[in-house]
Amino acid sequence: MASAPYASAPYGPPYTGLRQTGASYSDAGVCRAPKEPAPADTPAPASARPAIPPSASARQPLWWSGAAAGLAWLAVGVLTWLLPNAPAGFTEWNYTVESGIATTAGAGLLLALALAAPWLGSALDRLRPAGLWLIALALFTGAWQLLTAKYGVLPTPFFAPPQSLAEVYIDDWARLSDSAWHSLRLLGHGFLVGAGVGFLTGVAIGWSRAVGYWVHPLIRFIGPIPASALLPLAFFVFPSSYAAAVFLIALATGFPVAVLTWSGVAGVNRNYYDVARTLGASQWFVVLRVAIPAALPQVFVGLFMGLGGAFSILVTAEMMGVKAGLGWYLTWAQGWAAYTNMYAALIVMALVCSGLITLLFAVRDRVLSWQKGTVKW
Amino acid sequence: MVALAQVRPPQPVASASTGAHIQIHRVSHHFDLKDGPLPVLDEVELDVAPGEFVALLGPSGCGKSTLLRLVAGLEPAAAGELLQDGRPILSPDPSRIVVFQDPTLYPWRTVRDNVALGLQARGVLRREAHRVEQALALVGLGEFAGVHPHQLSGGMAQRVALARALVNDPALLVLDEPLGKLDSLTRLAMQSELVSLWQRSGFSVLLVTHDVEEALFMAQRVIVFSERPARIKAELTVDLAYPRHRGSPRLAELRHQALGLLGLDATW
Repeated sequence: MASAPYASAPYGPPYTGLRQTGASYSDAGVCRAPKEPAPADTPAPASARPAIPPSASARQPLWWSGAAAGLAWLAVGVLTWLLPNAPAGFTEWNYTVESGIATTAGAGLLLALALAAPWLGSALDRLRPAGLWLIALALFTGAWQLLTAKYGVLPTPFFAPPQSLAEVYIDDWARLSDSAWHSLRLLGHGFLVGAGVGFLTGVAIGWSRAVGYWVHPLIRFIGPIPASALLPLAFFVFPSSYAAAVFLIALATGFPVAVLTWSGVAGVNRNYYDVARTLGASQWFVVLRVAIPAALPQVFVGLFMGLGGAFSILVTAEMMGVKAGLGWYLTWAQGWAAYTNMYAALIVMALVCSGLITLLFAVRDRVLSWQKGTVKW
Repeated sequence: MVALAQVRPPQPVASASTGAHIQIHRVSHHFDLKDGPLPVLDEVELDVAPGEFVALLGPSGCGKSTLLRLVAGLEPAAAGELLQDGRPILSPDPSRIVVFQDPTLYPWRTVRDNVALGLQARGVLRREAHRVEQALALVGLGEFAGVHPHQLSGGMAQRVALARALVNDPALLVLDEPLGKLDSLTRLAMQSELVSLWQRSGFSVLLVTHDVEEALFMAQRVIVFSERPARIKAELTVDLAYPRHRGSPRLAELRHQALGLLGLDATW
């Protein structure tokens, strides 16, 4: 219900940094049924929403921050394009003119969008909150451009101008995307194994005293070892460096998942069990339908922690022995003193990791939608 | 044990044949604490006739709820014997359903799925799915089948818990202060609702409460317990026909008696 709580606000949703979550929680309070047994007047049917016309039909105000960002980007584009580069000691920075023209064109488009905002209806609603960020990014990029290519203030092999990033992506995209793919595959392999084994272990310890007796001390002893400390051992015990890396990523993921799942299962309200038992539930039913769903919020905390640990050991393993992936690309670039390639790989890595965390958030919001005010997704 | 009112055979209600006959014979129980056993029940002797509505009244913490857990089969009694229709009670059984003070609905299930829990647990959901809607209609929540528990008020949640119990067609309904956390208006309304549900369905009811008026308004027989370890102190038979009226002089008289037994009649 009330999936768009801010639909009536003329400036779109405020940027909360937590995508909708804040809105959903405040929504839960609004939707709470009155403390009356009368069934007719309780949790908000559709008619309970504020009767304000949808934003699309109202004329939108000018997007001021967007227009300012457009002007700032225009300045960045023009100075990239027309200001001559400082001599860099070797050759000219490639793609300077091209990226200047592209930036100028993008800035023009942004400016046009901002000025046309009153006639675009709600089409810009998602973009509006980003206005200030767009200005800040333009200032940052402009300063970067000036400090590197234009005036050469920052030392050259270590700091490169933005257009050289473009050069890396254009010239080396095949190797970069191949590395990203290898990293994703290795991470997915290890994370899924680790999450699965960790989850089952956690449920088993939380449920069975006998399993807990044997497994708990092992987890206590081995779990806290940083997985990277086991790298040398894993590389000679396992037949391939890939298998070793899968094992270590699984270990780094499995430990937090097992501990959090265990604490989730152990912390389930005892009355939930009593209710199920008096209703004739079997042990399996109680585990699968009561203990696990009740523990799921904790399981997701474990999955988030595990994913963070998995990123770390993934890159370490790729730097130390696995001959593919973004971590390998980083050391390879460093070996050639190709620092721009390193920055390019770091940006790809940031996008991949942040994308995976976002994906996990989305899965959690979907699986745990009963926790939030918004029930429908 | 002071038998204040003469013990009469309980009045039979409609379709009393479906109600369970519960016999509690010299049941004692204790908790194992660090400093040794803590006695909570002392030779309790109680007989609930099929279809009878019995309330257990006593000071808070006296052990009434423990007795209910024993009747439900959630714990074995330390001494004595509990029988349902002549057979010993050894484990929980869906013919004896407990409604707790907290609704304890599963927050991840919709109202409908919460009510369906018992049928699902016994693997008969597919065959008897229609009973879920019936039970929801019975407690007046048919429209809220698709809603999650966090969207319900306290009274509605407790009625869902009731529907979850009724869907199993219990022979004995065990109510552990089910109205204890509700506001007073909802409470009064639900007392009447529970009585009419019981009259229509004919199951036996064991109600634990520490609300004297609630016990007298709803039950046919009120068992007054002592402080812990709980012993049966007295037994009041409420010889009033249903529907009852809260202002009836007979209820006032019984309340005086009950409060006297609990040592609270000084201010009356």
